[in-house]
Amino acid sequence: MSLDQNRLRLDQPSNDDVVVPRRGRGTELILLLFAVGISTFAYVNVDLGALGEVPADAMAYMGSFFAVAIVAHIVIRIRAPYADPVILPIVLTLCGLGLAMIHRLDIADDTSRASIQLTWMLVGLALFVLVLFVIRDHRILARYPYLAGLTGLILLVLPLMPVIGHSIRGAQIWIRIGGMSFQPNEAAKIVLIIAFAGFLVQTRDALALAGRRFIGIDLPRARDLGPILIVWLAALGILTVQNDMGPSVLLFGSFVLMIYIATERISWIILGLMMMVGGAWAAYQFVGQVRPRFDLWLNPFDDPSNQIAQALFGLAYGGTIGTGLGQGYPDMIPIAESDFIGAALGEELGLAGLTAIILLYALLVSRGLRAALVLRDPFGKLLAAGLASGLMLQVFVVLGGVTKLIPMSGLTTPFMALGGSSLVMNWVLIALLIRLSDAARRPAPTEAPSYTDDAVTQVVKLR
Amino acid sequence: MNSPIRRVSAGCLLLVLALLVNITYIQAFWSDELNARGDNRRVTIAEYARERGPILLADDTPVAVSTEVDGDFQFLREYPEGRLYAPITGYYSYLYQRSAIERAQNEVLSGEDDRMFVRRLIDLVTGEEPKGGAVKLTIDPAAQQAAYDGLGDNKGAVIAIDTRTGAILAMVSKPSYDPNPLASHSPSEQREAWIDIHGDADNDIPPDPDKPADNRAIAQPLPPGSIFKLVTAAAALESGDYEADSVIPGPARYQLPLSERTLPNQSGEACGSNDQTTITNAMRISCNTAFAYLGEELGDDVLRDQAERFGFNSQPLTNEDLRAATSRFPDDPDAPQTVLSAIGQFDVTATPLQMAMVSAAIANDGVLMDPYVIQELRAPDLVSTIEQTEPEELSRAISNDTARQLTEMMVEVVENGTGSNAQISGIPVAGKTGTAQSAPDRPPYAWFTSFAPADEPSVAVAVVIEEAPDTARSDIGGGRLAAPIAKAVMEAVLGV
Repeated sequence: MSLDQNRLRLDQPSNDDVVVPRRGRGTELILLLFAVGISTFAYVNVDLGALGEVPADAMAYMGSFFAVAIVAHIVIRIRAPYADPVILPIVLTLCGLGLAMIHRLDIADDTSRASIQLTWMLVGLALFVLVLFVIRDHRILARYPYLAGLTGLILLVLPLMPVIGHSIRGAQIWIRIGGMSFQPNEAAKIVLIIAFAGFLVQTRDALALAGRRFIGIDLPRARDLGPILIVWLAALGILTVQNDMGPSVLLFGSFVLMIYIATERISWIILGLMMMVGGAWAAYQFVGQVRPRFDLWLNPFDDPSNQIAQALFGLAYGGTIGTGLGQGYPDMIPIAESDFIGAALGEELGLAGLTAIILLYALLVSRGLRAALVLRDPFGKLLAAGLASGLMLQVFVVLGGVTKLIPMSGLTTPFMALGGSSLVMNWVLIALLIRLSDAARRPAPTEAPSYTDDAVTQVVKLR
Repeated sequence: MNSPIRRVSAGCLLLVLALLVNITYIQAFWSDELNARGDNRRVTIAEYARERGPILLADDTPVAVSTEVDGDFQFLREYPEGRLYAPITGYYSYLYQRSAIERAQNEVLSGEDDRMFVRRLIDLVTGEEPKGGAVKLTIDPAAQQAAYDGLGDNKGAVIAIDTRTGAILAMVSKPSYDPNPLASHSPSEQREAWIDIHGDADNDIPPDPDKPADNRAIAQPLPPGSIFKLVTAAAALESGDYEADSVIPGPARYQLPLSERTLPNQSGEACGSNDQTTITNAMRISCNTAFAYLGEELGDDVLRDQAERFGFNSQPLTNEDLRAATSRFPDDPDAPQTVLSAIGQFDVTATPLQMAMVSAAIANDGVLMDPYVIQELRAPDLVSTIEQTEPEELSRAISNDTARQLTEMMVEVVENGTGSNAQISGIPVAGKTGTAQSAPDRPPYAWFTSFAPADEPSVAVAVVIEEAPDTARSDIGGGRLAAPIAKAVMEAVLGV
């Protein structure tokens, strides 16, 4: 009974009790050990399945994963002690499974991309540490939204520059400097979400309230439509000039969601959807890459050697429990190591494994959204919601694409797909989410909040 | 801002649910269909990496085996006596998929069958390489060889059935093809063998006009001609209005109803004195006009009903076995068409299998057994049985008494009539000849169906000769060409 009384006391704090939320660092450590274990097990399993032997570097592999886990954990303990304890273990598990699958495809294709990916993971970890140390309070990110927006747009345009820009598989989204390739749109994704959040915090009142009502929808004023039009045009620009569908969907989608969250007006979603449909129609008519992908989506078996058909064959071959790591034929799926890694995992881990992976992503997104709900400052709320829903959109677009739910568009599977720029920038994104969740779970300061809170200036809606 | 964040969260949940529902659909419900697709190389490669089970004859002689070889595909499918058994085994080809038993029993042969699930689990644990199960056929090698040799260079087919069980003892179709090059691991060899048979539309290479890949024994219905008179006689006896010695008209020419045309007898003469004959005599000499009369008297509904009780208008050996064709009695013939149908012309078509089923039902006291070609399915250890075919009654085609009378008529055909070439010394044989006109510009089809011993039947045979290149056209007839083959097959089965 004393236990129950104790719980009662915790649930209903009295005034003289200051409730300190559990930091969860111990939980995080235990979950991290699981993540390292799962990653190592997957890696060993690949060799056992494909070659019938335990890889010689199994211990070294486990060691390096463990090192990454411990370093990240210690940095969080120092710089973000209240951070959500589930985020890092999820990310590490996803990285580990992705790395195991890349290693598995290395065996099939006689390449060594896994070690490159592991190196990039270390670079990502370094940036993760850097972000957590440099950005002590996420609100400093809100200071220069227009500068951030400009930076984001420049990053988007970089691949079009002569000399440094180049295209791979028809998509002009790469830059190459001194033998190093990088996709600047992966960085632009994060910079632009920061810019949106800052911009929306400044202008949301005008966006939310001014305008007229038309057939039941509150339409914004024409001049407030500017930002959404700019982003829409930017999205269409990426689509047409760089011939890449994924980033434009992601960019426009997260912007519309953020503007809706900021203004609480459903009309923005409706407007956004209409513009999306219009853009999609125009893209279908005029953009080289869109129509074939749409046709392929509808009739994947016209040419059974294509990606979608092979991905479906792989998923079907895996069935409910999968072939087991190393025992399927994921190398038959074109570019299985990057865009189609979801299908490759679905083949060897089956419906069960792929479901687990999707649920891991869902859990990660839900942790981000939870931070958004709890955070007290509007910028933080918007940023967390934007990052989390952007991640969700990306996962949906790429996994939906490889499983023929929606037309395929080039996006990487976060944390799993081969690709340095994507992996590194996703670690930055996670650092920001850790920072935001730390702010959300940190006990409220006892003095008056320094930042203008929602409640201080009430906007009165007149209509 | 919390309420829109909650709504966005709900939206995210919907996206996750959409992904989960979609992959569940693909991996749990659509997967069988995707894995069965011929253009799914993944499944083929996986199959080749596993030892495919053999196809065995009734005496356990293998007619399709997998042998281990070097290369990407670890096992090579081989057919020791390719042409002889090709209509039954079919081929197993990387480029052109599979046919016949290789297709129908693919799950067992490849080891994917659900009944081998436990076995696969054990293999998984013990690290044993998974293997396929065996398919044991009902085919008797002696009967098969006799039929194959008997057909010689003629184009045609032979089928033999165990009358008491429905087990198919021989199934030969000529010309045949060699399935070995189709199973080759060399794509060019496969392609060449395929083009030899099916031609190549892209390069204007016509298909082989002899269609060697067609299984004429079960898949190609032809006009049965006079052997359909067995069905007409059965209908007459079953009606209760006729006995074997009932006297009916048998003129030289029969006036078709509602028509100026007349139907002649082959001989041009009447079948008996005063243009009258008994049914037994009409059967013995294959009298067209007498059976035409019976057809007009009985009407198309009675004939169709009798034909259907013998198995017409429904598919034997369905897609799960060998994809036999359905033999037809026309839906709605007018009066003259009914008369022509009664002697196996007009739109009546039958496969050799169907006509063997008619004989087998007569032999089996009127009970038609469901024909089958698979004796049993065996687990990958090749010893333990996972399924055994139990003989099954398909229908009671005719009464005991009708069966007895028809048997006597058929014995008369062999002993004193058109089927004398099927006589076996010391064993009574029952049979019926047929020579069916098709188009005026091509030779008639020679038919023969029989069973033996007539007093205690065990084997029924049907033979059809489509073309006999070494025989003069006027000499093509069921009695002359087809009966000796049936005799050889029956002898092989009876061991005499």
